[in-house]
Amino acid sequence: MNEVVLEARHISKSFHDPVTLPILKDISFTIKKGEFVSITGKSGCGKSTLLYILSTMDTDYDGELFIEQENMKGKTENQLAYVRNAKIGFVFQFHYLIHEFTVIENVMLPGLKLGAHSEEEVRQRAIDQLRALDIHMLANKKANLISGGEKQRVAIARALINSPSIVLCDEPTGNLDKANSEVVFKIFKHLTRERQQTILVVTHDQEFAANTHRIIEMEDGKIVQK
Amino acid sequence: MKAGVILKVAGKLLFARWKQTLIAAIGVTFSITMFIALLSFMVGLNELLDNMILNRIPHIRLYNEVMPSQHQPITLSKVHQRRYNFIRSVKSVASRQYIYNSIAIQNALQVDDRIKGIAPKISAQVFFHDGPIDITGVVEGIDIEKEQNLFHFREYIISGEPENLNTVGNSIILGKSLADKLQVSTGDVVRVTTASGTHFVMKLVGIFQSGLQDIDKIQSYTSLATARKILNKPNDYITDLQLQIKNIDDAAILSKEFSERFGTKTDDIKTSNAQFETGSFIRSLISYSVGITLLIVAGFGIYNILNMLIYEKMDTIAILKAIGFSGTNIKSIFLIIGLSIGLFGGSLGLLFGFLFSSLIDLIPFHTASLPTITTYPVSYNPIFYVIAISFSLITTYLAGWAPSRKASKVDPVLIIRGK
Repeated sequence: MNEVVLEARHISKSFHDPVTLPILKDISFTIKKGEFVSITGKSGCGKSTLLYILSTMDTDYDGELFIEQENMKGKTENQLAYVRNAKIGFVFQFHYLIHEFTVIENVMLPGLKLGAHSEEEVRQRAIDQLRALDIHMLANKKANLISGGEKQRVAIARALINSPSIVLCDEPTGNLDKANSEVVFKIFKHLTRERQQTILVVTHDQEFAANTHRIIEMEDGKIVQK
Repeated sequence: MKAGVILKVAGKLLFARWKQTLIAAIGVTFSITMFIALLSFMVGLNELLDNMILNRIPHIRLYNEVMPSQHQPITLSKVHQRRYNFIRSVKSVASRQYIYNSIAIQNALQVDDRIKGIAPKISAQVFFHDGPIDITGVVEGIDIEKEQNLFHFREYIISGEPENLNTVGNSIILGKSLADKLQVSTGDVVRVTTASGTHFVMKLVGIFQSGLQDIDKIQSYTSLATARKILNKPNDYITDLQLQIKNIDDAAILSKEFSERFGTKTDDIKTSNAQFETGSFIRSLISYSVGITLLIVAGFGIYNILNMLIYEKMDTIAILKAIGFSGTNIKSIFLIIGLSIGLFGGSLGLLFGFLFSSLIDLIPFHTASLPTITTYPVSYNPIFYVIAISFSLITTYLAGWAPSRKASKVDPVLIIRGK
């Protein structure tokens, strides 16, 4: 249980346009396996920026980022794409499903891309994930024909398909009503408890954050409270 | 597995806006269709004209001409060799107009494997008589079989049997205009006087129409034996040796070689008919230019549609990148979309191009100068189809290259956070 999944060491980032503006100042923290961590703070405090650095999609920063003890600095674009595929699951505020695909195809896509299992196995895993989130009856619907709450659950299923080391969420409930927010929260809680799934959530929903294992509070690009 | 995923995603995006995709593909189809139809028709026409002119002319012609000797006695004299000698008004002597030693030359040429065929010919000036009127003409003694093999002689015969030249004694084939002027038809009798004044009565066994009025007005054919009889010449007498060679581009070189080797004058098709080749070349050039222009226009269409697709699918690209597709993968996806449009549109274009050229091939086309042609000429050379599909793939690849590069450079953070 003490295995470190993600470690940030002295991460700083500035925007240089139009004037140099520091966004993140010397951020350091670790997340252990099975932890359910939330990052909170006011709008503009840099919490989303931090999340995209942790996601490896933003590579323009100082400091070091380790995912499963592996340094992400200096990796090529293709290597980072592999890390995102195999080790990270994403859930965004806007559901970001691919509308041309059906629900099951959306969930299967990262699994097919990884290519570690046959298409049949990936399909079975996707069905299991959907069943676990109670949306298996939507499997063959087009992704643009389901409701917002359902979309977010599909996005969670997609994030979990490759059994990632960590699931990163950017305001996962920001666009959902109360009932659906609760459903999503329960799913996360369940995942951490039953499957030891590591989850990092960026949110400004204090109520949501209060129920996680650990809160990292940010202000003006610095961590003010762990 | 991985390639399969990329193909699958490309396929889904391709069909997401299938109407636009179809329009882009139709653009390619249209240009390939026109490219093939245009080229088939143009080249068909070129071949027709080539057949009309070039195939009827020997690639190399060996003959002797009445001309003053190049070597005057004074130039052979040792005493005067190192000086400038001027001789004015050199006259030709009555030299023999036939090819010396023609049988030996023919034997030598027969074993030369650069040569496709030889046809000997005897050319003689005659007068044709129609009542009191004399009409100047040329009678050519030919070996009908060789003439058919090399120059497709039969294609120009509009009535009668050319083979009868060999079986019927003193027989003749006349050009159509000449026959009209003499008011004779096959089976009738033609009166001929040679340059030396001998009268002959000949039987008309056929009428030909070459398509060239000037030839049809004066030309007539008879067998080699009859020609010798008219001219009162021995059995090895021939005035011309017509050669068809295997590679027409060698004509000038071979012509020079034979001239030196056999001591005759030679003409080659390249030198004497250069303008035909220029014409053919220009026509092909125009067809290719128009075809390629059409393809480039279609290429811009594909470029636009891919660009639009990328703007529309920014979200999808961002998600694909977030879940582990690399920039290279994204680039492949959009290149595949472009190439699929090219392949699909191009293949349909090949089919329609073939159908369209077949249609042109069915349109009746009658011309007095070409008796054997009944429809528009079309060439079905497979090389057009190979060129067309290659061009369509290259154009669509190039058209897809810039947009797919752009797609591969999309920053997912900007898109995902931008909302």
